Amino acid sequence: MTIEPLLPDSRTRERRSDSAAGARLGRPPLLLVIPAVLASALLVVPLVSLVLDTPWSGLRSQLASSSVRQALWLTLLVSLCTVAACVVLGTPLAWLLGRVMFPGRALLRALVLVPLVLPPVVAGVALITALGRTGLVGRWLYEWWGVTIPYTTVAVVISHTFVALPFYVLSVQGALESVGDRFDVVAAGLGADRWTTFRRVTMPLALPGVLAGAALAWARSLGEFGATITFAGNYPGTTQTMPSKIYTALQSDPGAARILSMILLVLSIGVLVGLRSRWLART
Amino acid sequence: MTGLEAHVEVPGRLQVDLSAAHGEVVAVIGPNGAGKSTLLAALAGLVPQRGSVSVDGRPWNDPPLDVRDRGVGLVFQDQRLFPHLSALANVAFGPRSHGVPRAEAERRAQAWLDRFGIRDLAGRRPATLSGGQAQRVAIARALALDPVLLLLDEPFASLDVGVATGLRIELARHLDAFDGITVLVTHDAIDALTLADRVVVLDAGRVAQIGTPLEVAGRPRTEHVARLVGLNVLREGERFVAFSPSVVTVSLTEPHGSARHRWPGVIAHAAPHGGSVRLLVTGAHDLLADVTPASTTELRLTPGREVWLSVKESSVETYSASVGS
Repeated sequence: MTIEPLLPDSRTRERRSDSAAGARLGRPPLLLVIPAVLASALLVVPLVSLVLDTPWSGLRSQLASSSVRQALWLTLLVSLCTVAACVVLGTPLAWLLGRVMFPGRALLRALVLVPLVLPPVVAGVALITALGRTGLVGRWLYEWWGVTIPYTTVAVVISHTFVALPFYVLSVQGALESVGDRFDVVAAGLGADRWTTFRRVTMPLALPGVLAGAALAWARSLGEFGATITFAGNYPGTTQTMPSKIYTALQSDPGAARILSMILLVLSIGVLVGLRSRWLART
Repeated sequence: MTGLEAHVEVPGRLQVDLSAAHGEVVAVIGPNGAGKSTLLAALAGLVPQRGSVSVDGRPWNDPPLDVRDRGVGLVFQDQRLFPHLSALANVAFGPRSHGVPRAEAERRAQAWLDRFGIRDLAGRRPATLSGGQAQRVAIARALALDPVLLLLDEPFASLDVGVATGLRIELARHLDAFDGITVLVTHDAIDALTLADRVVVLDAGRVAQIGTPLEVAGRPRTEHVARLVGLNVLREGERFVAFSPSVVTVSLTEPHGSARHRWPGVIAHAAPHGGSVRLLVTGAHDLLADVTPASTTELRLTPGREVWLSVKESSVETYSASVGS
């Protein structure tokens, strides 16, 4: 008997797989194999055809174009700012939702997830009603400080953070819950206050969730289009990110759109693979 | 007023009075669900409780004192070493949380690892330590704070028997040198007999018996402790009757003659026990009887067989059932 029943225990369960199980359990049924093959085709074929259909000869001239460089640079800048905003704002929120009991916690947990299911265009409209020059909050920003947010680079970062934050919070909250508070209790027993516990115990143990959440937020930001174009517009140099640039190019020069899409694809896969191999090396 | 004075009350689970002096080791034993761990958690401030706890005259729950301000050392069955910190950093965690500078905290932690004979493990992560090594680090971590109250929750339960024996001897040495109050929860009679100055037996959230290890082992008042120390204990009116399974006579018909204590029953279980066979016989009471392998065969003593048990008056010890005598 231990103190365990009083404290939620979530030691990570060992996963065991038996490589010989497949052979022993018999042939996989077609009823499962066929849909699985179709699903794989649905995911892979468009990517392959994009690669095949890209006029690679235009790559050099596209990369030399200043508007492409601007969009690329803005995309990188905004996605990094979005990740930073998620870490700085989302980590405390995930901690609050995962570790502190307060009235309305269940409601807040549910509300935080709403942007996940919200169509991005609706998110953009919602942001205008909040932060537009006549919006609920934007009105005061404009009247007191003369600040206008829509159609600026800041608006791009805000809209990206709006759509990416739930992914980040969900990931970190999941990590906090799987670690459980058993080590927090130990730290408190050793005299650590909550800030020290957060810094020296809770966060290091939840680090895999933080990294995964940051990668999710970054990927979500890289592809953000709907909320951005609604709330921030599509102005080269200030608010035109790669997806908006691709959308614009598609209407005049489909070949260029394919090249830009490839650039974005290679960039995102490259960074994710790089991060992944680093984590795998760590653990 | 020095030492621990506790009246712990967790509604619906526990109501226990406990006092202990500095340097004293109190073992808490009892069946699962008796409230042993709840008692530890309440003393540590991990579960809300009514009643009062004071240490050296200082009240701990009026208003409730946070666990971090109580100065308790907690040792868990599963060690709970911080997996991302080295053994040294685990032990230094407590002093550092109390504002001791890093270098000094690590020097102290190293001294503790030395005392536990695990100096070489300082840089190792918990995942690379054996169970016994990890539990040494965990005990060192609890003691490094110089706690006024050391709470050990089944510290040997997750260890191999051989490892547990070695660590038990080592812990006894450290507890001798420790001038705080120790409360040790255990389900093992050996822990209580070898480590404790006093044994508290819990049953269904209440204290069933308090005494020295020898008193409790010799005159158990609960079925659970009787089983732990391998005795039969029966309540007869206002008295307890205790006797060893080895003095029980097993026969197939009702015994006649001098045996005043006799019970019919059915053999529920038979298993080798040392050089003899131990029978569990169920009837009005559950009783243990040790018989020779020869008589097991001769009388065909297998589960399901109806038998009579008897004990001579001279072989039983009787003592009053009223608590405190």
